[in-house]
Amino acid sequence: MSIPPVPVLSARHISVRLNGKQILNDVSIDVATGEMKVLIGPSGAGKSTFLQCLNFLQPPDEGTVSLEGQQIDSHSTRALCALRQQVGMIFQDFNLFDHLTAIENIAVALRKVAGVSKAEAHERALHELERVGLASRGGLYPAELSGGQKQRVAIARALAMDPKVMLLDEPTSALDPELVGEVLAVIRNLAAGGMTMIMATHQMDFAQALATEILFMESGRIIEQGAPAALLAEGAGTRTADFFHKLLAPTKE
Amino acid sequence: MIETIFAKIPVIITAFPYIMQGTAVTLITVIGALSLGLVVGLPLAVLQVYGPRWIRGIIAVYVWFFRGMPILLLLFLFYFGLFELVGLNLSTITASCLVLGMASAAYQSQIFRGSIQSLPTGQMKAALALGMSERTGICTIILPQALRLSIPGWSNEFSILLKDSAMCFVLGTPEIMARTHFIASRTYEHLPLYVTAGALYFCITMIGVTLLRRLEQRVRIPGYTTAQNIF
Repeated sequence: MSIPPVPVLSARHISVRLNGKQILNDVSIDVATGEMKVLIGPSGAGKSTFLQCLNFLQPPDEGTVSLEGQQIDSHSTRALCALRQQVGMIFQDFNLFDHLTAIENIAVALRKVAGVSKAEAHERALHELERVGLASRGGLYPAELSGGQKQRVAIARALAMDPKVMLLDEPTSALDPELVGEVLAVIRNLAAGGMTMIMATHQMDFAQALATEILFMESGRIIEQGAPAALLAEGAGTRTADFFHKLLAPTKE
Repeated sequence: MIETIFAKIPVIITAFPYIMQGTAVTLITVIGALSLGLVVGLPLAVLQVYGPRWIRGIIAVYVWFFRGMPILLLLFLFYFGLFELVGLNLSTITASCLVLGMASAAYQSQIFRGSIQSLPTGQMKAALALGMSERTGICTIILPQALRLSIPGWSNEFSILLKDSAMCFVLGTPEIMARTHFIASRTYEHLPLYVTAGALYFCITMIGVTLLRRLEQRVRIPGYTTAQNIF
């Protein structure tokens, strides 16, 4: 008998109430090393809020989060900082630091949080930029980069901290269609390299191809979850399949 | 008309050295008050945005008090009232700097608070998500951007303080206004003397505003703002 491995990141019974509205209601998730779990659902389902609960950017009203089996003490600033160093986050709006160049964006956390020397931080930042294919753009400011480049720098910035898990909150939703591909390529490489990820997205094809498991959320709850093959099989009649076809319909000829 | 103007030039030339000495006092008062306002106002702004509720309450009272009264009244209140009560025997220049500085801190705190709050919330979120403490986020990410955004408003504060320094005349501070008034009341040559004083203030304003404009150009983030030619 084999003991199931401890999930890298695990959340239990997360509930959030904002402005009198129940945004999240008893949501739980487990993600093991190398898995990619994809959150799918209509706008307002609570996907972003849930991802932000996982690193306590949004403190949950109820529920617990555990990293590698250790429950996080949400009242300890030190525990939260330590958690966030190991859990990287990518935002829909990129949120690059506008007063710093691309390479400085990546180096700043290394210097200020990890205490790395200026020279070493610069080198590691350059290496991360190469990984996302932007080594030549290091000296540019975010305002001088395209949307796809900004998101790739954001990914490099999160990767520089060497996180155990990456949370991606609709990474391509704010991008022009022709720029989506370059960001998805970077994410695909990350997945191939074994990075553990939880991603909220509307990119159904991508989810179907790469997800270990799809979680369909609506009105703050997980309605369905399962492997893409099961949920999206022909004639499965699942809500996920409905949503999938609804998203694809506008682009059909 | 032209003859009258030329006839007044000797008056101006005679009075000028005396009035010019007031420039040093004016500049000390303005720079002193501006610095005090910056050193106190910036932490006030940060605490008003990020601090606990009770601190925000105290700061609100401070700001309301110092913005709620005319500077003239504040000068009298402190110099002839409170300082005497507490037994402080300050020179007029020190007192002017102190009172103007405390008032300026109240105004400057709102300039900085506006800039801090105008930044997208995602900036702090991204900083925290990387594992930065709120303090590091404020110092490394928020303030460098907020301070850049504050420069236009701050140059306003400089020009306002320059004009407020003239009010310190009522305390007997020997700055430009006081000296001009002294000579004018003795020679009765009001118009040429006050025009000269006005020209002096005008020059100081121009120098200060130009320096701040250069600073704004120097720290400008490429592509971030639309401003090309900043006046």
